[in-house]
Amino acid sequence: MTTSTISSPAGFSKSLLSIWGSIKKIPPVYPVFFIIFIVLGLLNPSKYQTMTGIMTFLRTAAPLGVLAAGELLVLALGGFDLSVGAIVTFVVLVSSKLLANDPANAYPAILIMLGFGVAIGAVNGLVVSYLRVPSFIATLGMMLLVRGGALYWVGGAPQGYLTENWRAFGRNYIQNVPLFGRIPYALIVLIVVAAIAYFLFHRTHFGKQILSIGDNVRASQLSGVRVRVVRVLTFVLCSVFAVIGGILLGGFGGVNVTIGEGLEMQAIAACVIGGVLLGGGKGSVLNAIFGAFTLQAIVNLLNLLGLPKPYTDAVQGLIIIAAVAYVGLSTQRKR
Amino acid sequence: MTTASGNELKRLHGLPVRLRSIHIPPVYYFLILVFLVGGTLDQIFADGQIFSNPAIMLNIIVRSVALGIVAVGQTLVIIGASIDLSVAYTISITAVMSSYIMQGKTANVPLAILEVFGIGLLIGLVNGLTITKLKVNPFIATLGTSLIIKGIINATFSNYTGSVPKSFEYFGYGTVGPIPVSIIILLLIVLVGWFLLSNTKFGSHLYGVGGNSEVARLSGVRTDRVLIGAHVICSMTAILAGLFLVSQMRSGAPWVGPNGVYDLNSIATTVIGGTALSGGKGGVWGTLGGVLIFGVLETVFNQLGVNPYLKTVLQGAIIVIAVASYTIRSKKEAA
Repeated sequence: MTTSTISSPAGFSKSLLSIWGSIKKIPPVYPVFFIIFIVLGLLNPSKYQTMTGIMTFLRTAAPLGVLAAGELLVLALGGFDLSVGAIVTFVVLVSSKLLANDPANAYPAILIMLGFGVAIGAVNGLVVSYLRVPSFIATLGMMLLVRGGALYWVGGAPQGYLTENWRAFGRNYIQNVPLFGRIPYALIVLIVVAAIAYFLFHRTHFGKQILSIGDNVRASQLSGVRVRVVRVLTFVLCSVFAVIGGILLGGFGGVNVTIGEGLEMQAIAACVIGGVLLGGGKGSVLNAIFGAFTLQAIVNLLNLLGLPKPYTDAVQGLIIIAAVAYVGLSTQRKR
Repeated sequence: MTTASGNELKRLHGLPVRLRSIHIPPVYYFLILVFLVGGTLDQIFADGQIFSNPAIMLNIIVRSVALGIVAVGQTLVIIGASIDLSVAYTISITAVMSSYIMQGKTANVPLAILEVFGIGLLIGLVNGLTITKLKVNPFIATLGTSLIIKGIINATFSNYTGSVPKSFEYFGYGTVGPIPVSIIILLLIVLVGWFLLSNTKFGSHLYGVGGNSEVARLSGVRTDRVLIGAHVICSMTAILAGLFLVSQMRSGAPWVGPNGVYDLNSIATTVIGGTALSGGKGGVWGTLGGVLIFGVLETVFNQLGVNPYLKTVLQGAIIVIAVASYTIRSKKEAA
């Protein structure tokens, strides 16, 4: 049956067209990412063409991917979450204090951090829902509160170091895995987070309700969506993911007062490169995570080219604008 | 009935109708509340200077000048349903460039001013054109330009650069009678902003574009031009704020903009002043109230000797409460 359609010339061009059609449907973030990654591989084959190199890259990119997955949910809801960077700082600084240099405290500390994540997200969601403060301002206030609170708690400077078992999630690998060589824990964490976010966002009513609220709050209210419950849960998910991202980043980078600075903007940029509409109503978890990979690949590329840090910022800015313009214009043409 | 009671009121108070028709933005009630509470705390726990020393009152306003000038520009942009995250680094580039060109010589002042306003025009045009012609979301577009300017500054300057001639310090330190020049300039900028918004075609078009861009376009407004104009004005206010800061600091430093958090603070004060982030609603007088709240808080915290980190926490909480104090009564869901 299939062979007969292909053997006739008209059928052949038709099937070519349908292949072209499905190629055009691929979100632009994937070609952008793979082009940058291939350039990386050409410039430094030993690092980006081996399995080990790819795994190292994924370990670096995983934290931003986790943050982007959380930010995506809030963006799809039509909101913003500017507090994720401050949460990362909070997790790293306060953990260094709670651990008190004793490895036995590592897992309780992580649980406490996740608890803080739930609380911070719940407050964000409640302030937006019940005080009707726009999320941009509510989470901006939360950003100041969380960052100031963390610095006040530890007295302005990190207290002690992060123990080895706490840092394992962001730093270590599972060794001797057949086929892959070694797999970073961070990648496994990212896959678990991505799977949860994907399932909730693309496969449940909850996800559909997030999108419908982002599209039109009033209409979703009238059709019986419990807007406030959904919104609070979404903000909680975003903050919990930010805590997880903070644990990965702290494990990777160690204690640092400025570790979370600007991460909220990077997470939002990653989502937008992944095709999210700011203002809500559209988004995909996988695309957002690949948006984060793209950003990380850009940073690695600029480092590889030997550009000093300041130029990296400037070129990153240019590329973000160009990528978003490309994504935006190509989506517009389809309409 | 209504007119009768209106006439009655007019007779009772003997006020001209024109004066009573002035609508005081609700933010001023919050400003008075913050001032009274802060002053009372100062009376109890510190030396009570806030209520007794008029120099402190003036100082509150002088402290607010730089933020106030940028916030006027930010208000215009936000009314047009856009946003400008590049103002902080625009301020930085103004500070270093103008001080670098002046090199302490009065003869170089006009050239320096011309040059930085040229830069402002360029930044505003790039922002406006990227948003309107390339259809990049304003949040991402201005985040991108902000990164680009940051890269350029950090690649060229790393510390205090050049210096400002004595004559130019008049801008930051001069007085006309008892009133500092900077306060007069702030008031002039607010008046210009108010005039543009309420008495010109540009202003009403801007409200139209912010309220519903498509409707505005269909009724013959050149929406792109209006938005580009608003962005150019916003960059110009950032340039003015940068010039004011450099005249106060006597030498330009690349970190003045980001250290003052002028991007997020100008947005926060605008929203506290009652301008809707979704656009089409608001005005500069409300923004001035928001800016003065920040000034009062700063002064109160200094008087009471509050821990700097606790200061950040309180500032975050107060931003949210200030906005909540009037959004809580609105019937519309926030996003």
